[in-house]
Amino acid sequence: MHIYCTDIEGKVNELPATEEWSVMEIIREGGIAMLAQCGGSCACATCHVYVDPAWKDKIPPAGEEEIGMLDGAFEVTADSRLACQIFFTKELDGLKVTLANGSM
Amino acid sequence: MTNTQQDVISTDVIIVGAGPIGLFAVFELGLYDMKCHLIDILDRVGGQCAELYPEKPIYDIPAVPVCTGAELTERLMEQIKPFSPTFHLGQMAEKMEKTADGKWRVTTDRGTMLEAPVVVLAAGGGSFVPKKMPLKGIEAFEGTSVFYAVRKMESFRDKTLVISGGGDSALDWAINLQPVAKHVTLIHRRDEFRAAPDSVSKMRALVASGAMDLKIANITGVSGQGGHLESVTMKEEGKDPVELPCDSMLAFYGLTMKLGPVADFGITFENELVPVDTATFETNLQGVFAIGDINVYPGKMKLILSGFHEAALMAKKAFPYVHPDRRYRFQYTTSSSNLHKQLGKDE
Ligand SMILES: Cc1cc2nc3c(=O)[nH]c(=O)nc-3n(C[C@H](O)[C@H](O)[C@H](O)COP(=O)(O)OP(=O)(O)OC[C@H]3O[C@@H](n4cnc5c(N)ncnc54)[C@H](O)[C@@H]3O)c2cc1C
Ligand code: FES
Repeated sequence: MHIYCTDIEGKVNELPATEEWSVMEIIREGGIAMLAQCGGSCACATCHVYVDPAWKDKIPPAGEEEIGMLDGAFEVTADSRLACQIFFTKELDGLKVTLANGSM
Repeated sequence: MTNTQQDVISTDVIIVGAGPIGLFAVFELGLYDMKCHLIDILDRVGGQCAELYPEKPIYDIPAVPVCTGAELTERLMEQIKPFSPTFHLGQMAEKMEKTADGKWRVTTDRGTMLEAPVVVLAAGGGSFVPKKMPLKGIEAFEGTSVFYAVRKMESFRDKTLVISGGGDSALDWAINLQPVAKHVTLIHRRDEFRAAPDSVSKMRALVASGAMDLKIANITGVSGQGGHLESVTMKEEGKDPVELPCDSMLAFYGLTMKLGPVADFGITFENELVPVDTATFETNLQGVFAIGDINVYPGKMKLILSGFHEAALMAKKAFPYVHPDRRYRFQYTTSSSNLHKQLGKDE
C-alpha cells in the first residue's frame, strides 16, 4: 500500500504506507523532511498538508481540536488537514497529499 | 549602559530553560544545597507543558495517575518552593563564556549577567519563538514593517495596520492598537476565533461600528520597497486575490521551538541535540550539563520522567563543582534530617 506525497519542489513521491500509522509518520518514514514539531499530538500545525479533493470524502473529517490548531498553519484552504490526524487504512491506498508551506 | 562587576549575579547553578525538567532540577540540586537561577524566554514557567498543552492530560507521571500540563507545572513550583529559585523570565540566554576564575558566565538579551560554577542546559526543543510567515520575500520586511510581537505600541501610531491571526494575541492587539493606529484590518482564515469570549465580542463590536475591518482570508504575499511594506495580498476562499494597502503587519500564528543561541555556547551538538554521558549528563564542557529533551544518548526517550531521572544524576555530579570541600552523601528524603533541613521540614 502507498500514498503519494507532493513535496515543496513539486516532486511526487510514492511512499510505502502502513495501516494505523498517521500520514505524518508515513511521510517522515518515507524520508521527506516534515517539521511535525510536536510529534503528532495536534499541538503545532507544522504537519499541514492539502488532501487531493478526490480523497477528501474517504477521510474522517477534522475534529474541533484539529480545526482550531489549523489557525496556526499558513495558507489554509478547504483541503487543509494536519497529517498527524489522518490515520491510514486500506481504503486510503493511493491517497494523494501535498505538503503546505511552513511544514518543512 | 555598561555593566560593572556589581551587576553580575553570583549563584551556584544557572539553569537555561524553565520547562518541567529545569524546574525539577531545582529540587534535586536544592536537596544538596545548590541554589539556582533560571532563565526562560517565555514569560511563564513550564516549557512545553505550559505553552503547548496546559489543558491536556498527562498519564505517565509515576504515582500521578493524571494531571494536565498546567497542573504538573503548578505542582513542580510547589515542590521547589523551599529552595526559593530565582527566575529571569522573558529573557533569552544569549551568551555563555568562561570567566578568569573558571566559572561560567551567562548573559541574557536584557543584559542580565549570571555567574556560577555549573550551568544546566534544560532548553528542551529550543527556545519558544513566534512562527514566521513563510511568504516569498518577507524577510526584507521583518523587523521594519512586519512584526511577530509588539514591543512598543507607539511604533504603530498612525499606521495602516494589518493584523493576522485568530487567537488571543491577534485579538488583544487588534483591540489595543485600534485607537493608536490610523486603521486596523484583522485578517483570519475563518470566521471563528479561539480567544477569550470577551475579546471576541469587543472585536465584533469594533467591526460592527466600522472602527475596524475584518477579512476572512489568507495572506498569500507581501510587497513593498526598501523594507517598507506597501501592501499584502489577501485571498478570500473562492475569490481572486486582492492587494490590501498597508504599511505595517503584525502576524500571530503561535509559537515554535528554535534551537537559538545555545548552539553557540561551545557545547557540542549533533542534529540539534547534545550528546551526554548517561552517568553524569555532563556535556563536552566541564560543569555544563544537558538534561531533558535537549540531550541525546543511546535509548533516549523524550519523556518528562526520563528528564526527572537525568536531573537526579546530574545533581550528584554537579555537587563537587559547587561544594569542592564537601563530600556528597547519598540520602533518602524520607529519613535524612539533613535533607529535611534543606526542605524546611526540620521543626
Ligand atoms: C502535545 C504534547 C504532549 C506531550 N505529552 C507528554 C506526556 O504525556 N508525557 C511525557 O512524559 N511527555 C509528554 N510530552 C513531552 C514533554 O512535554 C517534554 O518531554 C518536556 O516538556 C521536556 O521538558 P524540558 O524541560 O526538557 O523542555 P521544554 O519543556 O521544551 O522547556 C524548555 C524551555 O527552555 C526555554 N529555552 C530554550 N532555550 C532558551 C534560551 N536560549 N533562553 C531562554 N530560554 C530558553 C524554552 O523557551 C522552554 O520554555 C508532550 C509534548 C507535547 C508537545
Ligand atoms: S505534528 Fe504537530 S500538529 Fe501534527
